[in-house]
Parts: sequence; C-alpha cells; structure tokens
Amino acid sequence: MTISGEFFAFMGLALVAIIGGVLLLNLNKVVHMVVALIFTFVSIAGIYILLSAEFVAAVQILIYSGAITIIMLFGIMLTKPYDDESESKGGKWKKILLFLGVIGFAFAVYVGIYNFPIEQVPSALHENNTMEIGKAIYTKFIIPFELVSVLLLAALVGAIILAKREDKEADKE
Amino acid sequence: MSSVPASAFLALALILFCIGLFGALTKKNTVIVLISIELMLNAVNINLVTFSKYGMAPSITGQVFALFAMAVAAAEAAVGLAILMALYRNRKTVNIDDMDTMKN
Repeated sequence: MTISGEFFAFMGLALVAIIGGVLLLNLNKVVHMVVALIFTFVSIAGIYILLSAEFVAAVQILIYSGAITIIMLFGIMLTKPYDDESESKGGKWKKILLFLGVIGFAFAVYVGIYNFPIEQVPSALHENNTMEIGKAIYTKFIIPFELVSVLLLAALVGAIILAKREDKEADKE
Repeated sequence: MSSVPASAFLALALILFCIGLFGALTKKNTVIVLISIELMLNAVNINLVTFSKYGMAPSITGQVFALFAMAVAAAEAAVGLAILMALYRNRKTVNIDDMDTMKN
C-alpha cells in the first residue's frame, strides 16, 4: 500500500462513513440520526467514484441522500416522535449479547477477507462509464430491467393502497 | 492500477454492514430500523462495485447489479413506510416492542 492521494481520499471517506454510522447508533433524537446517515450515504458515493463507478455514485446521491432520506424524514414527522431513551426490561443484556454476536460475525468475515488474494487487472471501467452501463442494461440485462419497472409500479400502487385512509374514516371527517 | 487494496473496501463494507445489523436489532423506533436495513443494503452495494473493479475479469456487471439492488431498496423503503403509516393509524405507536399482536 503506497501513500498517495487516492489513499488519503479513501481514508477520509471511510472515516466519515463510519463516523456517520456510529452517530446513527449513539444519537438520541431520531431526526439527528437521519441527518448523521446522510454523511454516510454521501461518502459512500465518494467511495463509488474511487472505484470508477461514476454513474452509480450519481444514483447513490439521488436515491439515498435525496429520496430515501426525505421519505424517512416524512415517516418520522408524520408519526409521533419516539426517542430511544427508555430501556425495556432486559434491554441492557440483550444489547451486550447482540454486540458480542455482531463482533463475532465481523471477526469471522474479517478473517475471510484479510489479505484476500485479489489480482489487479487493468480495467477500462472509467471510460464512458454511463454509456457502458446503458449498453449492458439494454442488451444483456433487458429482462431484469423490465422486471424492475414492473416491481416499481407494484411498489407504487401497493404503497398508495396501504397508506390510503380507510373509506369509513374518510366519510366521518 | 489502484493504490488502495480491495481488502480495504471490503473491510469498510463489513464495518458498515455490522453497524446496520446492530442498529436494526437494537433500535426501538421502526423508522430507524428501516434506515439501518438501508445501510446494510448499501454495504452490500459497496461489495458489488468493488468486485466489479478488482479481480481477474473486471466488468460492468457488478455496477449494473448494484443499480438493480438500489431500485429494489427504494421500493422496499416506500412500501415499508406505507406499512408503518397504516400501523401507526391503527396502533398509535412506532415502538417496535409494542408491535406484538401476533405474539399473543
């Protein structure tokens, strides 16, 4: 690992992403948690640029830091704010055991990926990235692409039907 | 050629996945649980994009797959929020410990 600008960019972005995640776990107010997560999403977009995936980075900023964050803020503001302060019974032990379990999982996977022998082959992913993605989607992945549009339509209709007020309630008001 | 090894990206994805997993299992507010699940999906996307650049046969397929995963994640977030709204109208709570109708 040589010291270079790319290395510093990676370290900075990774640090911001992890700090955002840790703040998500530790802040008290729900809105603050969502705002902390925006930092994580934006720095993950930077990581995508380091991995020569410019189009995915743009989509990440649009979808995650834009749409999903706003939709979650709507969800928080339309419901009564419930801040994570009261501990339920046995909550502390549950948290400690879960923490140990997650650490164990992380250690197991880390042993697998530590010094994972990946040979680097020069790639041309950064040249005409968006055009290449478009070509791949409209030739090799045309059927999954159309299926995604059906899925989005189904999700749209389903979300509207689920969130719609019941007819009886609407008549009363 | 990149100066950052692939293991570093995989380790970052692992850390973010673990944060999301811990948040999804411990948080009480259902909205935060949904957001933690989004964080886990994001970590998986980092893995997909990493393997599309490194390895013996770098190709664009990993990035296309990450885009599909994002579309599914957006649909999941919208439907999850709609279910949360319906539940909040009926039960007046977003505390995940109170949603135990099927337990009794």
